Amino acid sequence: MDAVPPGLRIADVTFRYGDRLALDAVSFEVVQGRFCALLGPNGAGKSTLFALLTGLLATRAGRISVLGHDVARQRARALGRLGVVFQTPTLDLDISVAANLRYAAALHGLSGRRREDRIAAMLDRLGLADRAGDKVRALNGGHRRRAEIARALLHEPAVLLLDEPTVGLDPATRAGITDHVHALAAQEGLTVLWATHLTDEVRPDDDLVILHRGRVLRHASAGAVARGAPLERVFLDLTAEAA
Amino acid sequence: MSVAPALLALRAIVSREAMRFIGQKGRFVSALVRPLVWLLVFAAGFRAALGLSITPPYQTYITYETYIVPGLCGMILLFNGMQSSLSLVWDRETGSMRLLLTAPLPRWWLLLSKLLAATAVGIIQVYAFLLIAWLWGVRMPPWGYVAALPALALAGLMLGALGLALSSFIRQLENFAGVMNFVIFPMFFLSSALYPLWRMREAGPLLHDICAVNPFTHAVELIRFALYLQPNPSALLWTALALAAFLALALWGYDPARTLMRRRMA
Repeated sequence: MDAVPPGLRIADVTFRYGDRLALDAVSFEVVQGRFCALLGPNGAGKSTLFALLTGLLATRAGRISVLGHDVARQRARALGRLGVVFQTPTLDLDISVAANLRYAAALHGLSGRRREDRIAAMLDRLGLADRAGDKVRALNGGHRRRAEIARALLHEPAVLLLDEPTVGLDPATRAGITDHVHALAAQEGLTVLWATHLTDEVRPDDDLVILHRGRVLRHASAGAVARGAPLERVFLDLTAEAA
Repeated sequence: MSVAPALLALRAIVSREAMRFIGQKGRFVSALVRPLVWLLVFAAGFRAALGLSITPPYQTYITYETYIVPGLCGMILLFNGMQSSLSLVWDRETGSMRLLLTAPLPRWWLLLSKLLAATAVGIIQVYAFLLIAWLWGVRMPPWGYVAALPALALAGLMLGALGLALSSFIRQLENFAGVMNFVIFPMFFLSSALYPLWRMREAGPLLHDICAVNPFTHAVELIRFALYLQPNPSALLWTALALAAFLALALWGYDPARTLMRRRMA
């Protein structure tokens, strides 16, 4: 193992659904404390990669590790360092925000005073302190997403995975959430993997992985990939060429 | 796996299931109405038509109402097991299954916690039903209510494990109705819940044999004997074996390496 293991290491991961190749020898690393955008059109394999990263699917070819812990062989250790925001909302609508967070905290082994402190701190961090007692059903889409991010951070993960977290949100809310997570990476040294198909969520100094049809087309800083051109143009050209 | 976080997760999963159950008042009412209709209406009508000879664990002639109480306890657990299976399919579609399965605990433990939670909810329903039956005058030996607890727990786990196994193979919520028809009704009617097995033999040896291998029959007999403070080793053995088999099937069904699972989780 390296002296400082990468936040995430994906090495030569290939995955098939029956005959269909979803990921084809995907390899990349995310350095600790970096914000990495995983950019790809729909069907690129982003969600499959997330399911493998979180152990929902088993990796058959290739290896995935979180801070040096192999997801397949050290599942609990790897998952313990991982915070996940899924694409589909997974909050229980009929209970309060705090109750939702308590449930997730317990699943991650937090209890008592420490749990309450963490919940208060994370709700505060995401600007939801005054909504803790509200039922999730009463929250708008942006607030629900923020509650999910707060939930993913309860157990102080080193790596945060977000699978298209801004889907279905209006542009202002989208920008707000993107800013928030960028700030988390910058200020708290969190390693972030942010899957998206929207180029305006990527900043020039972010790491960027462009995934298309299960293959990594580019992996560099977003600025280096764009080389002065608008990233959206570059992304469309790349994915059109490869198609 | 360290014990403290595992127990913490178990407690959270059980209390979430209990909160959900309390939140769905309609579910509790319908869970009680179903067996009560059988007890108060169906059994009353059949009372005259059906003669029951004295078979163990009974030592005297009993009314038909008394006979079907253990079967109706089983029915509650059967429906509850299927209901929790339905909620698992729902959880999967809404994504909250992902939240559960990405907790840093072994997957078998997370699924077992779900199963224990569902069973606990089922047992509460059974005791509510037994209380109403008691008020109606259908009474068991007082200690029988205590002795039935482990039997109800084992039967509940077995039927819950069946639900868990089914939930891993059902792709969508819409397919669920069919499974209910093909699982709940045959299991209930082809068992000793409504008629003793010797009556089934009179109707036909094949029918009797099907009832005799149905794990639900053994669950019902286990409850019946426990209510009368009598051991029934063969029912215990069959129920335990069925639990082991269904649990193994469920764990296999939820194995992340399986192809069926693959399509669903991604």
